[in-house]
Amino acid sequence: MKAKAPPPPAGKVKLPAKASLELLADMLRIRRMEEKCAELYGQGKIRGFLHLYIGEEAVAAGTMRVLEPEDNVVATYREHGHALLRGVSMDAIMAEMYGKQEGCSRGRGGSMHLFDAKTRFYGGNAIVGGGLPLAAGLALAAKLQKEKRVTACFFGEGAVAEGAFHESMNLAALWGLPVAYFCENNLYAMGTALERSEAQTDLCAKAASYGMATLKVDGMDVVAVHEAARKAREHAAKKGPIFVEFQTYRFRAHSMFDPELYREKSEVEEWKKRGPIHTFSARLKAQKQLTEERFLELDAAAQAEVEKAVAFAERGTWEPVEHLTKDVYTEVSP
Amino acid sequence: MSAITYREALRQALDEALEKDERVFLMGEDVGKYGGTYAVSKGLMEKFGPERVRDTPLSELGFTGAGIGAALGGMRPIVEVMTVNFSLLALDQIVNTAALLRHMSGGQFSVPLVVRMATGAGRQLAAQHSHSFEGWYAHIPGIRIVAPATVEDARGMLGAALADCDPVLVFEYPALFETKGEASGERVDIASSKVRREGSKVTLVTYGGCLPKALKAAEEVDGEVIDLRVLRPLDMAPIVESVKKTRRAVVVDEGWRSGGLAAEVMARLMEEAFYELDAPVARVCSEEVPVPYAKHLEEATLPQVEEIVAAAKGLFG
Ligand SMILES: Cc1ncc(C[n+]2csc(CCOP(=O)(O)OP(=O)(O)O)c2C)c(N)n1
Ligand SMILES: [Mg+2]
Repeated sequence: MKAKAPPPPAGKVKLPAKASLELLADMLRIRRMEEKCAELYGQGKIRGFLHLYIGEEAVAAGTMRVLEPEDNVVATYREHGHALLRGVSMDAIMAEMYGKQEGCSRGRGGSMHLFDAKTRFYGGNAIVGGGLPLAAGLALAAKLQKEKRVTACFFGEGAVAEGAFHESMNLAALWGLPVAYFCENNLYAMGTALERSEAQTDLCAKAASYGMATLKVDGMDVVAVHEAARKAREHAAKKGPIFVEFQTYRFRAHSMFDPELYREKSEVEEWKKRGPIHTFSARLKAQKQLTEERFLELDAAAQAEVEKAVAFAERGTWEPVEHLTKDVYTEVSP
Repeated sequence: MSAITYREALRQALDEALEKDERVFLMGEDVGKYGGTYAVSKGLMEKFGPERVRDTPLSELGFTGAGIGAALGGMRPIVEVMTVNFSLLALDQIVNTAALLRHMSGGQFSVPLVVRMATGAGRQLAAQHSHSFEGWYAHIPGIRIVAPATVEDARGMLGAALADCDPVLVFEYPALFETKGEASGERVDIASSKVRREGSKVTLVTYGGCLPKALKAAEEVDGEVIDLRVLRPLDMAPIVESVKKTRRAVVVDEGWRSGGLAAEVMARLMEEAFYELDAPVARVCSEEVPVPYAKHLEEATLPQVEEIVAAAKGLFG
C-alpha cells in the first residue's frame, strides 16, 4: 500500500516577512539539530532510542509561535523540536542526549524524556497515549484555578487507538477544558500504517464524536499550521477543547533501529517533495520575502547553534553516581 | 546441532507453533509488516499471512482482552505485548480476566492464552522502557510465568506454554537476544528450576537477563548457579538441595528489592531451609530508582557481576 502525497504546499504566504523568516529559522534549527543527532548516534555519543522529527518540523514551528509563555506543553518521545521551540536551550537538549547532568533532565531522561519546568514543558512521555490524560489534568487545574493558560498536547496518530485517547477526549469535552490536542498524523505508528490499524481513518470524526471541535490541516505547510494553531489556541482559551489533525510525514526511520520494511522508498521521496522547509523557502523567494543569501545566513546561524550545543554537551559532566538515589522522592517539601 | 541465537530460537518456536496447529495465531503491535520490534517474527507474516500473524493497533488492553476471548472461543492465541512496559496498559485484562476466570467460574472456563513480552533494562532506554515486572506478575495466582534465559529454553518453552490450558506469560530478554547456544527443538518442561553450573561454596539463584552475570560471578566464588526458569509456581526443590550442600545463598534479581521476587525466594529459604544455612541469605537487586538514561547511572542501578561476587564473599564473614 502506498500513501499518496497531496501536492506540495503552495500559494502566497500572507504573513509579515519577519514572522515568515522566524518560522523558517525555527524549522532550520530543528532540522540541523536533528541531523547532528543522527550523526552523533552513529558515533555512539547518543544512545538508547532516538526518534527524529525530520520532515515534521512545520508542526512544531507553526504551533509553538502561537503559544503563550504561561501555556503548558505536553509531548511524546519525538519531542526534540517541540522542546527547542518552546524555549529549552539547544545546549540543554544536546547535553541531555549525551546523558550529561547539564541536560534538561540531568541526563536521566535522554532523548525521549526532555523536561523543562521553566517553559512549562511537561515532557517527553514515551508511553503512547500517556500524555493525553495528563494534558486534560493540567487543563482542569488551570480551569479550576481560573488561570488563563491553555494546554497544548502533541501526540502521534497511533495514540488514537489507545483507550487513553478516547477517555481523554471525553473528559476534555465533558468538562470543557482549555486544551488543544495536536495530533501529528504522519501516517505510520512504527511500521503500522493508519489504514491497517483504524477502521475509521478520519481522525477528526473520532474526536468530533466526543463533542470536540476539530480542524484538519496540512501539516507540511507551516503557514497553514500557524493559522490553525492560532485558531485552536483561541478556541481552547475561550470555548474549550479542540482537536487538530496535522497531516504530516516523517522522512527518517521510526527510530534508529528501524529497517523500514513497511514502506517504499518512492513513497518517502514523494513526500520529500512536500518538505516543509524547501517548499516554504521557495514560496518566500517567489514573493521576494527571502533571498538565497538570507536563507544561507539563517542556515549558518542554525548550524553555529548546533556546533555550540555539541561543544556544550561535550564539555558537560556526568552526574556523580552518589546522586543516583536523589529525587526518587521529594527531599524538601514545598 | 548447530548454535543459533536466542532470537532465532524464539522465531523458530513461533514458526513451528504456527505450522503445527491451525488454532495458533500471533497478534500484537508490529509483529507483521514491521517484522517484529526485535525482529523475532521476521518473515512470519509473509509465510503465514496477515490473518495468522496479525498486526494490531496500539491497543494493549483491547488486543490482550481479545486474545483471552479467542482462547475461550477455541483458538490458541499468542499475544505479543511489545514490552513489559506497555503491558501495564493490559494489566486489567491479564489480572482481572485471564488469571481469575477459571477459578471464578467454578472451573468452567480455562484460558489457554500465551502472552509474550520483552523485559529488562541495560540498553540505555531510560525509565519508561527499562522495567522488570516479572516479579509483579509472579504475585498473581492463575497464571504461569516463564523466563527463558538459555537458547534451549527460548526454543522449547513456547510449545510447552501453548500446551498449557491456563494463561502463560513468557518473558523474553533483549539483553540475551544475541547469545548463542544449541537448541534441540524439543519441548522443555515449564515447571522446574535448573542448576546451570555446579559449585560448592555458595548458591546463586537467578533468572532471565541476570543469568550470564551470575555465571560469571560464580567462577570467582565457586558458586552453584540455579536458574529459576519458572517464576510462578516457584520450584524450590533444587534450590533447597543446593543450599544443603553450599549452606549459603545469594539471590540475584533485576527487579527492585522491596516486595520483589528475590524477597519471595529468600522467604521460602527461611521456611524450607533455615537450619541448612550458615549465613543469612543475601540478595542483589536493582537500586530502587527509576532506571536512568546515562550509561554510568544505569550500570550503577542494575545488578553487576562485582556486586554478586561481593555479596557472595560477604557471607563468609
Ligand atoms: C503504550 C505503548 N505501546 C507501544 C509502544 C511502542 N511504540 C513506541 S512509538 C510507537 C508508534 C507510535 O506511533 P504514533 O503515535 O503514530 O507516533 P509517531 O512515532 O509516528 O510520531 C510504538 C508502537 C509505546 N511506546 N507505548
Ligand atoms: Mg505516527
